[in-house]
Amino acid sequence: MEPVARLGRLGLRAVAGLGRAHLLLLEVLAGLPSLLVRPRLLIAQLFAIGVLSMLIIGVSGLFVGMVLGLQGYYVLSQFGAAESLGVMVAASLVRELGPVVTALLVAGRAGSALTAEIGLMKATEQLSGLEMMAVDPVKRVLTPRFFGGFLSMPLLAAMFSAVGVAGGWFVGVGLLGIDDGAFWSQMQAKIDFSEDLINGVTKSLVFGIVVTWIALYEGYDADPTAAGVSRATTRTVVQSALAVLGLDFVLTALMFGD
Amino acid sequence: MAKMRTMELLVGTFMAMGFVALFFLAMKVSNLSAGGGGDGYRIKARFDNVGSLKVRSPVSIAGVTVGRVESIVLDQDSFQAVVTLRIDPAFDQIPADTFANIYTAGLLGEQYIGLDPGGSLDNLADGGQVEHTQSALVLEQIIGQFLFSKAEEG
Amino acid sequence: MGNGTLPPPTNRLDTGHHRATDPWVLVRIRGLCFRRGDRIIFDGVDLDIPRGQVTAIMGPSGTGKTTLLKLIGGQLRPDAGTIEIDGEDVHRLGRGALYALRKRMGMLFQSGALLTDLNVFENVAYPLREHTRLPESILRRLVLMKLEAVGLRGAAGMMPSQISGGMARRVALARAIALDPMMILYDEPFTGQDPISMGVLIDLIRHLNDAAQMTSVVVSHDVAETSGIADRIYLIANGQLMAAGTPAEIASSESPWVRQFMHGEPDGPVHFHYPAPPLREDLLA
Repeated sequence: MEPVARLGRLGLRAVAGLGRAHLLLLEVLAGLPSLLVRPRLLIAQLFAIGVLSMLIIGVSGLFVGMVLGLQGYYVLSQFGAAESLGVMVAASLVRELGPVVTALLVAGRAGSALTAEIGLMKATEQLSGLEMMAVDPVKRVLTPRFFGGFLSMPLLAAMFSAVGVAGGWFVGVGLLGIDDGAFWSQMQAKIDFSEDLINGVTKSLVFGIVVTWIALYEGYDADPTAAGVSRATTRTVVQSALAVLGLDFVLTALMFGD
Repeated sequence: MAKMRTMELLVGTFMAMGFVALFFLAMKVSNLSAGGGGDGYRIKARFDNVGSLKVRSPVSIAGVTVGRVESIVLDQDSFQAVVTLRIDPAFDQIPADTFANIYTAGLLGEQYIGLDPGGSLDNLADGGQVEHTQSALVLEQIIGQFLFSKAEEG
Repeated sequence: MGNGTLPPPTNRLDTGHHRATDPWVLVRIRGLCFRRGDRIIFDGVDLDIPRGQVTAIMGPSGTGKTTLLKLIGGQLRPDAGTIEIDGEDVHRLGRGALYALRKRMGMLFQSGALLTDLNVFENVAYPLREHTRLPESILRRLVLMKLEAVGLRGAAGMMPSQISGGMARRVALARAIALDPMMILYDEPFTGQDPISMGVLIDLIRHLNDAAQMTSVVVSHDVAETSGIADRIYLIANGQLMAAGTPAEIASSESPWVRQFMHGEPDGPVHFHYPAPPLREDLLA
């Protein structure tokens, strides 16, 4: 009976956590009006999340694009379809790899930093201090970070895809000798603006919400101790990864199915 | 504060680069520039079998894309497929007795509608109908015909 | 047992009208009950915190002294009982009114709780920037004066990571008095301080209280230091009010528990040995 009871307790705890997370999201969103009168806070967070992630996103995008170019060439040339390399690289990036890999990287880099920062503020009573100074800590600390992450994600994903296409072009056209015109024209014919690009941007918006939300909730809910913050940071990365990959499947099925 | 200023500049650069990337993807990577569709005149064509023709499949004359398939519906009286084509307004001199055929691009490629212009002096206009059509080739029927003709011979 | 409530002074005019605000008592706690999980933290506690005085709340570790401050500040809700500050029931207030009340209170946390990404000046300026629209020049002078009051005007440009713990607490104190509150709550201000810092803090608490006619509530278990500056002491243990009175009254108390606590005796009503079977049994097992 004991393991069953334990399982039940775990389940209840998980459900309660889910409830708390949603209530927190509502509070965070309610802070939007007061954020709009304090743009400085948003700018600071766009910097911390967006600008500081540009380097890892750019480098990763470049390498992923180049690998796609290489692998794609070897596979496609077996069918005499090497000229379709542009389509392959662009489709893979814009539809899938751009939003997903960007979300995973941002979760690892910025998400864990957010969780640690907020968990630490909780542990050192800074959040309490803000409350006692009649400042709402959720609206002041969490809301700017949420919208910073939400706005940064699609821009970062676009950069990833753009740099990746350039990388694929460099490998395919520059190194492997595919025709430059064929590379771009096939791509432009087959990659659809609303089907591929808009869907890709939608995906990265959804991922932006989920990754930032998880990071903020885990930090806010963390045990106010050093060990607690460290556990929360790990949870952020793991949960973000699972959520992104799971949602990606659901979204892909919805968007790209018939 | 100078630090704030640098931060603002960098954030501005970040947002700009993000939008540039989006713009690049929209213009150079996707088919946005190649006719976003929307305006143009509609003509209908009836087929016995549209095969795997899809909405947004291209419509071309002599290999040049002149429009796209807008919708495919089933006429429940005649059990024919009624395909609505949207033709770019620049191509307003397509003769009224044009043939509409469903071809396949490449061996395994997607299907499109190829228009073979006729010799009529009247032109197709919005709401018009293509009278002569040729349905898509269905592989099983071809094989069946081939086997049947072989059996007849021997 | 001590009685926490104060008798009304005999020469007060009784006009028969009930005024919401009491000129003598700032915080009135009645029947406070609070439990955390299975543990009962407070079980029907009555307390009065008089205006303009330094009131100390002492007790062994873990009796919920910090919890009491959080209850007063409205961060926690009691299971039963009321807490009135300046006539207003804290836990009946809506969010806006609660925030307005908090602007009139200052709280000094155990670790200072300074915002780590702002320097000393900005930390002290924070409540002023948030709740007032003062022009920058006046704000600057106010902040410098508050820092001067705690003796840290020279450290205005330093970051919290660059100053010692004692200095951080003093900065936090400057921040707590930034809006000239009517009451300051001190959460264990003397814990872990060297004798000099301790002396500085003791001095500051007393002087600020008297100079600005503030009410101070000091939660601590540093008996000697707290007794030195307190006008009134409440001893809380086991969820109950154990003793109340002036430092002199408490020091001369007959209760064995009070004596053990105030003099730091290792054994007494609070036993030295944690409950265990006889030693013989354990060793011979």
